Amino acid sequence: MSERHDGSTGAENGSKGLSRRTFVKIGVVAGAGLTLGVSYKVMAGPGVPATDATFAPNAFLRIDADGSITVMVGKSEMGQGVATALPQLIAEELEVPLSQVSFQFAPAHPAYGTGIGMQVTGGSTSVVQSWQPLREAGATARWMLREAAAQRWGVPADQIQMREGKAIHADNSELTYAELASAAALLDVPEDVPLKDSADFRIIGTSVPRLDVPAKTTGEAVFGIDAGPSGTRVAVVARSPVFGGTLRSFDPTPALAVAGVDEVVELESGVAVVADGYVAAKAGRDALAIEWDEGVWNDLDDAEIYGRFEAAVREGGKSTRDDGDVDAAFAAGRELIRATYTLPYLAHATMEPMNCTAWVRDGRCTVWAPTQFQNAPNIVGGGARQVAAKAAGVGADSTEVHTTFLGGGFGRRAERDYVREAAELAGKVDGPVKVVWSREEDMQHDFYRPASYHEFAAVLSASGMPEAWRHRIASQSILQRMVPGWVPGFAANWAGNSDPTSTEGARNQPYHVPNINVSYAKVDLPIPVGFWRSVGHSTNAFVVESFIDELAHAAGRDPYEYRRDLLKEHPRHRAVLDAVAETSKWGSPAPEGRARGIAVAESFGSFVAQVAEVSVENAQPRVHQVWCAIDCGVVVNPAIVSAQMESGIVYGLTAALHGRINIQGGRVVQSNFHDYQMLRMREAPDIEVVLAPSGEAPGGVGEPGTPPIAPAVTNALFVLTGQRIRELPIQMT
Amino acid sequence: MVKFTLNGEPWELDVPSANPLLWVLRESLELTGTKFGCGIGQCGACMVLVNGQPTRSCQMPISAVQGAEVMTIEGLSRHGTHPVQQAWVEEQVPQCGYCQSGQIVSAVALLAAKPNPTDEDIDGAMSGNVCRCGTYTAIRRAIHRAADLQAEAIATDGAGAGGDR
Repeated sequence: MSERHDGSTGAENGSKGLSRRTFVKIGVVAGAGLTLGVSYKVMAGPGVPATDATFAPNAFLRIDADGSITVMVGKSEMGQGVATALPQLIAEELEVPLSQVSFQFAPAHPAYGTGIGMQVTGGSTSVVQSWQPLREAGATARWMLREAAAQRWGVPADQIQMREGKAIHADNSELTYAELASAAALLDVPEDVPLKDSADFRIIGTSVPRLDVPAKTTGEAVFGIDAGPSGTRVAVVARSPVFGGTLRSFDPTPALAVAGVDEVVELESGVAVVADGYVAAKAGRDALAIEWDEGVWNDLDDAEIYGRFEAAVREGGKSTRDDGDVDAAFAAGRELIRATYTLPYLAHATMEPMNCTAWVRDGRCTVWAPTQFQNAPNIVGGGARQVAAKAAGVGADSTEVHTTFLGGGFGRRAERDYVREAAELAGKVDGPVKVVWSREEDMQHDFYRPASYHEFAAVLSASGMPEAWRHRIASQSILQRMVPGWVPGFAANWAGNSDPTSTEGARNQPYHVPNINVSYAKVDLPIPVGFWRSVGHSTNAFVVESFIDELAHAAGRDPYEYRRDLLKEHPRHRAVLDAVAETSKWGSPAPEGRARGIAVAESFGSFVAQVAEVSVENAQPRVHQVWCAIDCGVVVNPAIVSAQMESGIVYGLTAALHGRINIQGGRVVQSNFHDYQMLRMREAPDIEVVLAPSGEAPGGVGEPGTPPIAPAVTNALFVLTGQRIRELPIQMT
Repeated sequence: MVKFTLNGEPWELDVPSANPLLWVLRESLELTGTKFGCGIGQCGACMVLVNGQPTRSCQMPISAVQGAEVMTIEGLSRHGTHPVQQAWVEEQVPQCGYCQSGQIVSAVALLAAKPNPTDEDIDGAMSGNVCRCGTYTAIRRAIHRAADLQAEAIATDGAGAGGDR
């Protein structure tokens, strides 16, 4: 495989030699050096990054004199497969086998701002946003190469076929792209080049092997924690344990007494201990004598938080959907079915703890970051590039961001706190420095999935169908936190009115009910909240799919048939429900001691239905099997879509079975994997995924697998035990 | 001074004796394939083989490997051709990939002890390795696949399967 496949950016300053540790005595053979991949060139100008490629008609691909074809991936690879799916889009139109294509992670640059001007990976949008521009990028290059061949041969271009990286004339003459690249580079870049008909796709829609897998089986893949030039020092930062707390005073002396510790630096976020390695830096940080001003929130605990949610719902929130007349329907005298649900704060717990490397010298800042958010001039406070520039006190034009592989993202790495901190520190010390978070700091200084409280009420018609549905939600608002830098107006509408990240999946719940009211009460608390895989859908799919299940049982109906009847106007929901019912043999008896539950949710442009088969062993729920059907529109790589469903299911199941962040004394109680448990192999269900593509425009796949799993499991537990789970994580009584 | 064998080569290091093997590997020797995940022996991202036994390198002081044979992900094969690595590629296991060095090392140890493991064996041997991307079902498939590859290799050359190292 090509060395470039590791997408590494760590080699800018030479390969990783053994030069940086003076205390290392090299043994008999110095065989440890890793050859890391090449780096991209420094970019310049507003349009397309500068390049030394032989042929680079746009920002997304380059062909070099040796014929090597490189796709510049402007999205972050955090496991979801963009480093394969995006090259597939280009290879398809360029008419080259994917095996001839390598990738590099793109620099932070407006040319990659496919997300309303932002270079960001989130909201399951990578293929959605890249589908058109990347195919155009490939088609444009193919058109120019063909034109170059036509000129070389002196024949009309339409007599030339482009296949397998070659131009082929009707008389069987052939020229490779390598032979054509320099001539193609002299041509004007055309506009409006026609794209291939989907019937002719050879690469899109196939499960080509992932380009990043080989490097991820040998230890060669470079993550943020592995990146940076030789001689990079390591820093560990002490941050206020209480939310809203500030530094009062500190004594660096005990930290400086730790062997290997070089210096102690005050930062906006706390106190950094810089050392020759992580062990010394961590020991120095633990030795620091710090006095915190704990601020006004050091009494905050769960009881107060959930009490405030309940109070906010009682006081009434803002209506975000109001169909018909719920109050009148409730007043008509039928029995009211009520339920309340409570969901906890959740940490992201990426496998790779937060980290970032930065180097400030000669008025320039260089950052190596496992970031989901590289670039965003003028909005939401900026991407990593803008945030680092500001913290380091240099211009954004003088700041480079090298994106590494991400050891998990899930939304956590769309934040820039860890980048800001590293750049600030780098501006205050000599040489490159890497800030590494301990697992404890990572867990206790996250931007948490907001906890939420939900009150439902409904009445059924004589035939058992829902006549009226009221859903009241209370939670903190993610957008509220982001608003200060958000686009004015846009934000006012979002945060003040429907607050989409708090109400998505609830205000637009798909079931046919003549009278619906969904309201949202925003509660302000100091807990930092952020995007957590599937965001509002992670809570709202659970409560909506649980409550509709409650109604189905109250009506004495089969939960699948009941949903189906209420989704007549939603054919894509129905199609995935039908697909999952078929593949799970819904309606056939479950094995002895087990039961099945079903749920469906639309999120991020895709439709997913799941059936879970569960039992209870030693008073603990056990999930044996999950069936999953997804319609994500056009499928680029079926194997990656299936893998993302498995991934989303495990992520959601982990939360349903184990996930809870508690607050006590204004701080997070949990600290590591011993008290914030992850799903493990012995708990992992078998998962069967069915792709039920509709041929519609592409939807997302990174997140939509997560929302339905918790309710599929708890709906199954209700069938098995009669216990309706209205609070996560699941506790059997 | 600590003397040990790392990926088949003898080393002699002068590092603080309490430093965990993980950080000696990553920072002193710049073998970054072994990962830091939790620092308390809970996640398995730091798994290496010490005298063939799966070992959490974040919990092992460097002094404890005196005279031992240490194998990391980098030492399994020169070009990713160890049967377990091959199976990982064939089954397309990794997603983010951060935990996979540890997963592969644990699987190598399992297959050395039990060349044809059952699902229960896999549950027992692999539950110390956390994967946040949910590659568990793929790992299960890959371990069975690796068992087949290993058996084929043994049948072919009668010399065991060691990749191309």
